[in-house]
Amino acid sequence: MSEPQLHLAEAPPPPAAAVRPARPARAPLARPRDHFWSRGEPLVWASGGALAVVLLAALGMLAVVLRNGLGVFWPAALAEVTLADGTRLVGVPIEAETNPDNNRRQIQFKTANRELQPSRQDFRWVADDDVLETRYPAELMVLERTSNGDFYGTLHEVRAPDLNVPEDVDPAERLALALEQVAAVRATKLRPVAEQIAAAGDRQQRLQHAIARIAYRKQAATAAGDADADTLAQLDAQRQSLEAQQAEVHDETQRLVARAGRLETSLRENVAVFHDAQALPRTIPLADIVRFYQPNAMGLWAKIDHYLAKLWELLSTQPRESNTEGGLLPMIFGTVTLIFLMAAGCFPLGVLAGIYLGEYARDGWLVRLVRVGVNNLAGIPSIVYGVFGLGFFIYGLGRAVDRWCFPEMLAQGTPVFGTGGVLWASLTLGLLTVPVVIVATEEALRVVPRGIREGSYALGATKLQTLVRVLLPMASPGILTGFILAMARAAGEVAPLMLTGVIKLAPVLPLDGRFPYLHLDRQFMHLGFHIFDLAFQSPNAEASRPMVFVATLLLLLIVLSMSGLAIWCRQRMVKRLRLRMM
Amino acid sequence: MKTLNRISPVNRPEKLSIKPLPPKPAAARASEPGAATASARVSDPAEQGQIVEVEQLSLFYGHSQALRDVSIAFPRQQVTALIGPSGCGKSTLLRCLNRMNDLIDDVRTTGSIRVDGQEILDPALDVIELRRKVGMVFQKAVPFAKTIFENVAYGLRIAGVRDRRTLDEAVHKSLQRAGLWDEVKDRLQESALGFSGGQHQRLCIARAIAVHPQIILMDEPCSALDPRSTTRVEDLIGELRSEYTIITVTHNLQQAARISDYTGFLYEGALVEFGPTREVFTRPAKKETEDYLTGRFG
Repeated sequence: MSEPQLHLAEAPPPPAAAVRPARPARAPLARPRDHFWSRGEPLVWASGGALAVVLLAALGMLAVVLRNGLGVFWPAALAEVTLADGTRLVGVPIEAETNPDNNRRQIQFKTANRELQPSRQDFRWVADDDVLETRYPAELMVLERTSNGDFYGTLHEVRAPDLNVPEDVDPAERLALALEQVAAVRATKLRPVAEQIAAAGDRQQRLQHAIARIAYRKQAATAAGDADADTLAQLDAQRQSLEAQQAEVHDETQRLVARAGRLETSLRENVAVFHDAQALPRTIPLADIVRFYQPNAMGLWAKIDHYLAKLWELLSTQPRESNTEGGLLPMIFGTVTLIFLMAAGCFPLGVLAGIYLGEYARDGWLVRLVRVGVNNLAGIPSIVYGVFGLGFFIYGLGRAVDRWCFPEMLAQGTPVFGTGGVLWASLTLGLLTVPVVIVATEEALRVVPRGIREGSYALGATKLQTLVRVLLPMASPGILTGFILAMARAAGEVAPLMLTGVIKLAPVLPLDGRFPYLHLDRQFMHLGFHIFDLAFQSPNAEASRPMVFVATLLLLLIVLSMSGLAIWCRQRMVKRLRLRMM
Repeated sequence: MKTLNRISPVNRPEKLSIKPLPPKPAAARASEPGAATASARVSDPAEQGQIVEVEQLSLFYGHSQALRDVSIAFPRQQVTALIGPSGCGKSTLLRCLNRMNDLIDDVRTTGSIRVDGQEILDPALDVIELRRKVGMVFQKAVPFAKTIFENVAYGLRIAGVRDRRTLDEAVHKSLQRAGLWDEVKDRLQESALGFSGGQHQRLCIARAIAVHPQIILMDEPCSALDPRSTTRVEDLIGELRSEYTIITVTHNLQQAARISDYTGFLYEGALVEFGPTREVFTRPAKKETEDYLTGRFG
C-alpha cells in the first residue's frame, strides 16, 4: 500500500551517534551550586514547608478548640484540700503555674459557691506549699443552680414538708426523689400558669397595637382636618372598649402572677441543707437546684450519662445566668435561620447576576469595570457591609416599610422593620456573599466546553434553551462550590450582625407558633456574637471561659455541617450527571 | 461577474480535459472498491440539483479576511468533502452554512448563500429554523451531560415535542440510523458521558439526524477518533448519503477520497478547485491542488 502523496518514510535505523555513550561527558559548566538550584530543591522544600505550616496551624486551632470544648461537661474529680492554716477547701484543680512575684508554684481551684466568697469569684489560687493534704471523698457533691453558679459541698439532709419523700433511703437518693417531685410540680402546676401569663401578655400586646392604631388614625384624621364628629366619636368608643379589655387582661395577669408567686414560694419551702468546705450548714431551696452529682463516686457509665445529658441540655434549652450557663438553643437556631435566609437571598441573586455577566453582557470596558468591581466587592471588610445594612436596609428600607405598613407603630416610637432584625441581617450577609457567587457562576459557565454550546445551537436551540437545559446543569457543581465557600464565610461573620440585629438576649425565637410563624422583624441571637459576648462582656469572665470553647466548637460544627450538606448535594448532582472535569 | 469564478460540477469536466494527466495519485487506489462504487453513484448532478448555492462569499474576522469570493454549489444528497491546508477557511465556510459564525463577535460576511433557494445571510432569517434544516456535527464530539435518551431527544424537545411516543420513536430510529442502537439500547437512561469517543461521535450524529435535517455539516468528524471508530463513522456517512446531503471538512485526504462524491479544495480562503472526487484526485486542474494532494505543502 504505497501512496505517493501520503508516503510513509521508512524509519531509518537509529544512527550510531544517537546511542548514548556509557558515561556522558559532563560539561565543565555544571558547578555544584548550579546543579542544586537547577534541580529546584529549594522550591520543593519551601512549598512543602508552607503547606506543613498551614496544616499545623489549622490542626492546632482544631486541637485547642476540641481540647477545651470537649472536656467542659465531663465531671471532673472534686478535691478536698486541707491547707496549712487549718482551713479546708473543696474545688476542682484547674491549672498550675509559677507565681512571677515570688517564684512559688500555685494551683488554681474552681471553688464555686460564688455568693459565699468574699471576692464573689468562682476561682481561688492556692500556693503549692500550703497544701497539706488532698483527698477525694465520694460524698462530695456538685449542685448546678439556677443562680450563682455551682455549689460544692456535702449533703446533710432534705427538708421537704410538702413532698412525699421516703425517710428510709440515703440522703442522695432522697434528694433525687425530691427533685423529681419538684420538677413534677413545676410541670403540672407552675407551667400552666406561666403559659396563661404568656398568653395574657400576647393579648395585652395585641390590644396595645390596636389602641396605637386607633390613636394614629384619630391623630391623622385631626391633622388632615376632615374629621367629622361621628368618626371621632366612633374611634373614641372603640378605644374605650379596647382599654376596658386591656384593664381586664391586666387584672387577670396580676391574678396569675400572684398565683404563680404563691406556688413558687410554697415550693421554695422545700429545701436541702448542705455543708460547705468549712462544714458550715447552707440551706438551698430545691427549686434552685437544676441537677446534682457526686463526681468522685461516679463510674465511667454514670459520667458518660451525665455528659450526654449536659450535651442535650446544651442543644435543647434556653440559656440562664446571663448566658453563661444552660443551653444554646436560641443561638443555634438564630445562626441556622440566618444562614438559610441568607442563602435564599444571595443564591438566586448571585446566579442571575453571574449569568448576565457571563452570557449576555457584551464584553466592553463597562463590563470589565463591573467585573473588577464585583471581584473587589468580595474583599471589602465585613463591618462596612454592616454599616451599609444599617444605613440602607434598616434606616432606609425598614423605615419606608414601616411608614407604609405600620405607621402607628412608628408614631408610637416602636418601629417594626425600622430596627435591626433577622431579615436585614441576612440580607446584609447575602450582600456580603453575593460577589463570590457571581464570580463562581461566571467562571463555571465559562469553563463549559465550547462544543456543548455549539452542539446545542446547531440543533436549533435558542440562547435561553441552551442556558437552562444544558449550560446551567453542567455549571451547577461549580456554582455550588462557590456558594459553599460563600456560605461558610457568611456563617462565621459577626461584625455586620452587630449592627443589623443580633442581640445578647432575645426573649423569643424568630420562628414560633404564632402567625406569621417566621417573624423576620425580630432580633435574634447568634453563636458568633455569643462567643464575643461571653469572652468580653461577661460579668464573670473566668467562669464563662469553658462555654466560650463550647460555643466555638458548636459554631465550627454548624458551619462544617452546613458546608457538608451543600457538598453532599453537589456530589449527588455530579454523580447523577456523571460529570467529568472536562 | 457573478458567475465568473463559479466552478460548478456541471462545467467542470470540459476544463479538466485540457490538462495532461499527472502521475496517477493513489488516493483512488487507496480505496479501490469504494472509489469504484462512488464513481458509479455519481449520476448527473444537474438532474438532482444543487441544495446549497454559495455565491461570492467573503468573510472577515475583524480586519482579516477568512474567505475570498467563494462560489460553490453543493449537490443534493451527495457527500461533498472540503479539503485544504489548516487555516484555509474550510471550517469557516462550513460554519457559514448554518450561521454558526453568528456566535463569534466581529464577523462580517458579504455575498450570498441560498439553501433550497432561500437566502440565509439575510439578517431577518429565522436562524433557529435554518439550523433545524442544516444540522452539524463537530470535530470534538461533546454530548450533553444528560442521558443518552435525552441527548438524542434534545433537538425535538427544544422544538416543543412533548409526546412521549414520538420521542421514543425518534430516539429509536435515530440511534438505529447512527448504528448505535444495539450498543446502547439497554443503557438509554445512563449518562452519555460514560462512553468512548467513537460512540460519542455517533451519538452526536444521531442527535443531529433526530431533528430530520436536510443537510448535515461535519467539521472533521473523525479527526479525534481512533482508526476503528473512524471506519464506523465513515461507513455511517456512506449509509446516510441516501437521505441527507452531507458536507464534510476533513484533513484526511484518503478519507475524502473514500467517502465523498465531490471534493472542493480551498487554499488561503479561496476555492481553488471543485469537482467530482475522482476527477479532483486523479486529474486535478490546478497546480495548487496537485501540489497539495501530492504532499508538497499543507
